[in-house]
Amino acid sequence: TKAYRYFAQGYRAERVTSEKLCRAQHELHFQAATYLCLLRSIREHVALHQEFHGKGERSVEESAGLVGLKLPQQPGGKGWEP
Amino acid sequence: MWRSCLRLRHAGRRLLNRPRAALTASAGREPNPLTPARAYAPPTERKRFYQNVSITQGEGGFEINLDHRKLKTPQAKLFTVPSEALAIAVATEWDSQQDTIKFYTMHLTTLCNTSLDNPTQRNKDQLIRAAVKFLDTDTLCYRVEEPATLVELQKNEWDPIIEWAEKRYDVEINSSTNIMGPSIPARTREVLISHLASYNMWALQGIEFVVTQLKSLVLTLALMDLRLTVEQAVLLSRLEEEYQIQKWGNIEWAHDYELQELRARTAAGTLFVHLCSESTTVKHKLLQQ
Repeated sequence: TKAYRYFAQGYRAERVTSEKLCRAQHELHFQAATYLCLLRSIREHVALHQEFHGKGERSVEESAGLVGLKLPQQPGGKGWEP
Repeated sequence: MWRSCLRLRHAGRRLLNRPRAALTASAGREPNPLTPARAYAPPTERKRFYQNVSITQGEGGFEINLDHRKLKTPQAKLFTVPSEALAIAVATEWDSQQDTIKFYTMHLTTLCNTSLDNPTQRNKDQLIRAAVKFLDTDTLCYRVEEPATLVELQKNEWDPIIEWAEKRYDVEINSSTNIMGPSIPARTREVLISHLASYNMWALQGIEFVVTQLKSLVLTLALMDLRLTVEQAVLLSRLEEEYQIQKWGNIEWAHDYELQELRARTAAGTLFVHLCSESTTVKHKLLQQ
């Protein structure tokens, strides 16, 4: 993927460096760590969301089914729907 | 507006697979105006309508293409980013959506949209002032007086960061235990204002976002200067909550959920600021034999 290639390129470019205080390496490492944290936490967040949240309302059909009723079938469509 | 729309949808916490609401794929993001008799009609869920995501370089910067169509911001401006790395990250966000598009996971896209559209019409000074204003209510400056273990914990974890900030910027930041908050001398404010003024507009949007998430300017500064990692900063921001969790137990669907969301947003914000304010130069030097 592109993101992987970006980081791989960056690391390769930094292997050959003449700077004594290698700040850029530290920065790239930090960026990579931050990006990893981002991806990981988004994945966990979505997993938690699927597991625990977001069942939502029941549809009208299902709520009618709760009390044992059924919605009427109207072959022509309901009057107020286009 | 864009972000508040996302927050509303997220706070509603409804899984959007209503058979009635799933109209045509070309429906816009507004809720269906024809849905009758419901107090809250959830907006249609957009399916992933593109196969490939690619990046091209335009005149203003880098653009994202979804299957030959150019990405646009909510205000219909062309989506351009100044940095290639940021474009790659945004493209990855779009690419990682499966089946349906979950806008609430695409934090970098949201930040870019905010920077491009500037829906609240704020200029640089207002952004800086908003961020520095947070110093008055900075989390690290508010200490409790009891229980004693929490006081200890706050002293051990938060004091080093405050000292680091004081030394790095040569300012004074006091912590307080009363409800009035710390008294920040005016010189501190000026120094921090001038430091923040050195960032460009996009980076400032990101900084202000992170400050709002972590509720602390000092922690944000530490993140920008690579003093803390994102996980550490989030931990320090939630110190009291973590303390209570250790004491009373963890509720997965609330605590972990918030933790992951906070981490995601903070990581996105920090990455955004770094990618917007970096500049790389490669100097090829010949070996001196």
